[in-house]
Amino acid sequence: MAQSQDNTHEPVTGRAPLIVGGYDFRSLTEAVAVPVERKTPIGWWFFFLPSLALLGLFGVSIGWLFWEGTGIWGLNNPVSWGFAIVNFVFWVGIGHAGTLISAILFLFRQKWRTSINRAAEAMTIFAVMCAMVFPGIHVGRVWVAYWMFPLPNQMDMWPNFRSPLIWDVFAVSIYGTVSLMFWYVGLIPDLATIRDRAKTRIRKLAYGAFALGWRGSHRNWLHYERAYLMLAGLATPLVLSVHSVVSMDFATAQLPGWHTTIFPPYFVAGAIFSGFAMVMTLMLICRVLFRMEDIITMRHLENMAKIMLLTGCMVGYAYAIEMFIAWYSGNPYEQFAFANRALGPYAWAYWIMVSCNVITPQLFWFKKMRNHIGWLFVSSILINIGMWFERFVIVASSLHRDFLPASWDYYQATFWDFASLIGSFGLFFTMFCLFARFLPMVATAEVKTVLPEADPHQGEELVRVVPVGSDTDALAQAAPAGGGGA
Amino acid sequence: MGLMHLDVPEASGGYSHYGVLARFRTAKALYRACEAVRDAGYSKWDALTPFPVHGLEKAMGLKPSRLPFLVLATGLTGAGLGFGLQSWVHIMAYPLVISGKPLFTWPAFVPVTFELGVLGAALGAVLGMFALNKLPTYHHPLFRSENFARVTDDGLFIAIESWDPKYDDQGTADFLSGLGAVEVERVPIEDPRDDEGAA
Repeated sequence: MAQSQDNTHEPVTGRAPLIVGGYDFRSLTEAVAVPVERKTPIGWWFFFLPSLALLGLFGVSIGWLFWEGTGIWGLNNPVSWGFAIVNFVFWVGIGHAGTLISAILFLFRQKWRTSINRAAEAMTIFAVMCAMVFPGIHVGRVWVAYWMFPLPNQMDMWPNFRSPLIWDVFAVSIYGTVSLMFWYVGLIPDLATIRDRAKTRIRKLAYGAFALGWRGSHRNWLHYERAYLMLAGLATPLVLSVHSVVSMDFATAQLPGWHTTIFPPYFVAGAIFSGFAMVMTLMLICRVLFRMEDIITMRHLENMAKIMLLTGCMVGYAYAIEMFIAWYSGNPYEQFAFANRALGPYAWAYWIMVSCNVITPQLFWFKKMRNHIGWLFVSSILINIGMWFERFVIVASSLHRDFLPASWDYYQATFWDFASLIGSFGLFFTMFCLFARFLPMVATAEVKTVLPEADPHQGEELVRVVPVGSDTDALAQAAPAGGGGA
Repeated sequence: MGLMHLDVPEASGGYSHYGVLARFRTAKALYRACEAVRDAGYSKWDALTPFPVHGLEKAMGLKPSRLPFLVLATGLTGAGLGFGLQSWVHIMAYPLVISGKPLFTWPAFVPVTFELGVLGAALGAVLGMFALNKLPTYHHPLFRSENFARVTDDGLFIAIESWDPKYDDQGTADFLSGLGAVEVERVPIEDPRDDEGAA
């Protein structure tokens, strides 16, 4: 039922409304605030407890790593980067869709983003948290992990700022910080909403403290909106730089399969692709669990499917160009690396990657498939699997056959490799469950601005198009009729 | 107590209450009312809304935010410090020849310079916004109005402060009613509940 309603196009603009279900300001507040205020639903525990268990596994696997060392992983001599780096790149990439939705779509005035940007930004922060764990723990001697930062020390040594690895430290940590600030600034008005609705003193104090005494003053909104716009403008080049820098960890090495100039744009496209798949997975669950089908509508899902189709095609193009350039370069090492990728010991991983990332999104050319909830869910999972394998293929298949056949080996992940991968999902979903339980999932203040009655000039366009000299009495009657929104 | 940030004039003896709070039903009505309050010459007043009403600053006659200049300054500071740190490390603190490259390899310093520039600008935007908005301000007379809780839900308000030179106790309330306000109330400065220790 909701589906047919979602796709009813407005006769004037020719577009489906952003929010369906006839919400006004008050019922919208209600719809978003009630999941935060009501008793915890059973369904939430169903997601939270398994996530918490996986988080525990993550803790155990990290603890065992610290005790025993990186030997518990399947690393060997040519393949000295394994799951840790694969997971790192995967999680950073997941985060990028959140910033795309919150910042880039904001700059492009894509108002449909308002329903999903809060959750997508939260996803960014939790994904970056997961990502930051791995470089921290994979260094082997974790007690000297502080060497990554330019801190004065007793050895009088400083990091090498010419290395992309140190660029990464800055890019990812600043990305995390800026995303957190962006998210928090967006949350302030909604925290104030929860504060003002709070019945108990603890809620009043807890939400009130973080709402900073926000009272919706327009003198405040003026600076607030300007700050938000500038954060969006800053986050946009930042997010593009972050995955470009991540890709340079590989691209500046001379290893065949890594040493390519296509890496920065290819990584950014892949990051947005996988991130949108994760947003899709989360939104499909949340909109049902928190009964927000009218706020996160089919139009939102369809738009996300279109972006997944676009970025999926970009990723497919990058795979093809890599192959072409390997052949065209005439470099035998490069040619071997890519032939080996598709036909060698890791061919299974390569073809999982291609089928999930290139073939799966092609079905989104059809409107029917973009509106098929079941397929959206399945494809979002497949794409995330595919994107994880993309990073695995880049890392493992490039490393395991290097220049010297004598050092060739095969990287076989161990139980602890898998434990840290699955465990990182535990961290991510635990954080996301807590967010969905205790914070407003939808940016209410922003969604209110896209409701028709938020427009202070509602109905006035009618007056403007009437030519001079027409019947003024009819005008006077038409104007209030068009403006009676609330 | 707690009134310093409200810019109450020094000789505040005469102010029995904070001002008048009026609620409007629609964004359109609020917009028109703001234009009228602006044109009537009030200066110590505010519009309070659950969401930023598009273009309301024009109706209120507010100047654009000065925040961008601050952000530019903090952004350039961040970038400058970042570039300085890297140059200092590689030229003075730890001069080490790597891959036969010169010590001052400025192109390699661009990514970190950029990231720190973004960090500086973002901190400037957020902390500058807090400073300009005087956040956090946990106590405000408006919170004493029961009705005002709707400001984060569906309430569109105008508040005119009693220390505005044009303010007239009854006249201002009538003025706001005449502009289409559905509720008009006087807001006290001190909370009678303060004696019990509640906020």
